[in-house]
Amino acid sequence: MRNTIQEIISGAYSLAVGMKITICNLFRPTVTLHYPHESATMPARFRGHVELACDPETGKPKCVVCMACQRACPSGCISLDGQKSESGKGKVLTAYSLDFSLCSLCGLCVESCKFDALRFSKQYNLAFTRREECTFNLLERAQVKK
Amino acid sequence: MEFVLEIARVVLYVVGILAFVGFNASYLVLLERKGSARFQLRHGPTEVGPFGLIQPVADAVKLLCKQILIPKNVDVILFFMAPILVLLPAILCMVTIPFGATIAARNFNLGLLMVFAFAAFNVFGILIGGWASHNKYANLAAARVVAQNIAYEIPTLLIVVAVVMVTGTFNLQEIVAQQAGGFWRWNILRLDLNPLQPVAFLMYFICLLAETNRAPFDMVEAESELVAGAYTEYSGMTFGVFFMAEYTNIVLGCCVATVLFLGGWQCPFGLVPGPHWFLLKMYALCFTVIWVRWSFPRVQFYNLLNLSWKILIPVSLANIILTALMLKVF
Repeated sequence: MRNTIQEIISGAYSLAVGMKITICNLFRPTVTLHYPHESATMPARFRGHVELACDPETGKPKCVVCMACQRACPSGCISLDGQKSESGKGKVLTAYSLDFSLCSLCGLCVESCKFDALRFSKQYNLAFTRREECTFNLLERAQVKK
Repeated sequence: MEFVLEIARVVLYVVGILAFVGFNASYLVLLERKGSARFQLRHGPTEVGPFGLIQPVADAVKLLCKQILIPKNVDVILFFMAPILVLLPAILCMVTIPFGATIAARNFNLGLLMVFAFAAFNVFGILIGGWASHNKYANLAAARVVAQNIAYEIPTLLIVVAVVMVTGTFNLQEIVAQQAGGFWRWNILRLDLNPLQPVAFLMYFICLLAETNRAPFDMVEAESELVAGAYTEYSGMTFGVFFMAEYTNIVLGCCVATVLFLGGWQCPFGLVPGPHWFLLKMYALCFTVIWVRWSFPRVQFYNLLNLSWKILIPVSLANIILTALMLKVF
């Protein structure tokens, strides 16, 4: 008898605690985002597909076409091309394509770049219906972003 | 002339009650969805109308437009009778609920008895629906619901009997009128009549949850174990009617609780009594029903029956004896 009463009282108390938790939640801000209208900001170390970093002054990609990233890539998904600069010094990037269907986001290209010209983007909603769409023209993307 | 007035009164109240039932069914669903979302730190429906306020209309249009599938081997007559049998008694009971001093379709002397007589039909409808569906989950759920409702009907009635012993009447208007004055005159706080009165209210509320098949006692649906329970084979508006009936039953139960324990349309401080107080108390109880649903997990079936037979019924019997003693002694 005494045990039963004790059980009822402790049970009722735990129910009250549960209800207190839910009513407190009612007044706390929501943790979900209103997705199509808002999207999450990715953490600093998030790895999206790589993108070209641009010089903030000139607005041109920092890439000097040294080909280190292409050589570093174990999957062979990077191909880039450049031509002699008009001023006669160094090279200018003319094409940079990334086959994202092969990329494993290992980051060796970013590591190998000595000019900080490559970095991971923060883009996470990517969807394709055709294989060709997986090949990104990073030069174009960098210019669109700018 | 009197006959015409009577007809006008009937039409007015039928339309009024149906509108009230429809409004409650649709907007309590929205409150439930919004409430559950906020309890779980989500947003809930926001897209249809400002703050998702038109969502019930979209839901209703969707339910009305959906095809009603009739599976093979069902008993068609019973299959379609079940949702009506669940909804109709709930609407009928609304007839005698006093929303205000002068707002009640009919002021029956035996109003309270009528409410509980018709409310018992609810389980019958679900049983028929589960049986007619010719589906094992529906059958199982129907059997469970019957066991559950029998178990909880008894403590409900025992508690109500204790209240009726105090009030001395089945007339809902009179029960409310007796509680005039202030919140200390409400039946829930009449400790001079019965020191167990708040416990009785709490037990009534638990029974209300079980009778209306609400979580944590939603054995009728039990989606984690029985697909959708007794409603498994129902689609489109047949399901919609079951849904409406569930919320109508909640509103009805909360109305009765308000009348019996919380002083109906009386003001807590004796100022400006009126239907606004009734609605305020009633919706506060409805919110609590939703709040409870999103706080607790579904109980196991055996524990559900144990709670009723081993705790609620003995305590409510003790409540009756105590009330009788208090009435006799003081």
